Amino acid sequence: MNRLRRTMMYVPGNNPGKLQSAGIYGADSIIFDLEDAVAVTEKDAARDLVASAVRDIRYPCEVAVRINHISTPFGHDDLRCILEAKPDMIRLPKAEYPEEIKVIADLIGRAEAKYGYPAGSIKMMASIESAQGLVNACAIAKADPRMAAIALGGEDFIADLNTTRSADGAELAYARSQIVVAARVAKIHAIDSVSTILNDDEAFLREARMIKQLGFDGKSCVHPRQVELMHKVYTPTAKEVAQARRILDGIKLALERKSGVIAVDGKMVDGPIITRAERIIAYAAVVGMNKEDADE
Amino acid sequence: MAVIRRVAQAGTVESSDIMITLSPVEAGSGIEIELESPVLRQFGRQIRKVLETALQEAGVAAAKVYANDKGALDCTIRARLKTALNRALEEEVKA
Repeated sequence: MNRLRRTMMYVPGNNPGKLQSAGIYGADSIIFDLEDAVAVTEKDAARDLVASAVRDIRYPCEVAVRINHISTPFGHDDLRCILEAKPDMIRLPKAEYPEEIKVIADLIGRAEAKYGYPAGSIKMMASIESAQGLVNACAIAKADPRMAAIALGGEDFIADLNTTRSADGAELAYARSQIVVAARVAKIHAIDSVSTILNDDEAFLREARMIKQLGFDGKSCVHPRQVELMHKVYTPTAKEVAQARRILDGIKLALERKSGVIAVDGKMVDGPIITRAERIIAYAAVVGMNKEDADE
Repeated sequence: MAVIRRVAQAGTVESSDIMITLSPVEAGSGIEIELESPVLRQFGRQIRKVLETALQEAGVAAAKVYANDKGALDCTIRARLKTALNRALEEEVKA
């Protein structure tokens, strides 16, 4: 585990003030949006502005750019302009077929060679926003080694299902699980849809805990406030870290003594529990929780 | 050499942005820049330099530039000028 994507925060691409301050909110990734957040008449201006910001501003986090789909009149122009500036990642909206990923991955590869960037240094992710995309989610996730994450675009997906958003999100349950499964098969990150809950922290936290429980690695965010709340949910507790350490210490001791099955805190420890403990320790290390924190 | 044949604009008057309007002038009359900015005294010279350099790099030798700055960074000024230039230089769509 070397990069977290707990929060991928959208920033409108044609707003210089927001582009300037995008790095200060602590999101693991920022996504400069050239798609839905930009009026059709300002697509050219937004891509010039985003390219210039990516080139000149040093951001403390991963920088992704959501391009317009390559089937629109803007997608290829977006890629031509943005790739020269070398973002960390290109996010494709409304992905439906693995062939779309391959086309973009090929263009990225050519740009890396043309501008002398290391091969494979610009990653990709795609968001699934339709029933067709969901059916192909696994193939999309595995379409190219550049793929680092797959996301759910909830609002468009719900519209495609002919339904509406509810408080408990039942209409997204199948898609969310399917996206996580596709991500796990491809060994990439699973990113949940944005939440439109901005003024109710408890409701947002409930959703965040639920998607974490489903297996998501993070969430697309639309407001800086959501970043702090997401990180709160995704940071392991000191108790969890301490327990994980006891499990791994117990396993180490058992191996030294050449004993078989062991128990920690009165529970049998087997393969999946060890895997989970290792994940918690790796996560704690990435978020900077040292041993003293865990011992508190 | 790039010749500006029509008026084009990019940017807004929102905070941190700059609105740039390019207009054609007679060949050989050079670059004329009219700049408004709340930080004119401190950064006026720097903003003009960014505009002049970007026009020079684009091969534009003659143009009138009206820039209404609202505290834009250099990268924003360059981006807005690039967009205005592309809009000024793009082919007219024939009916």
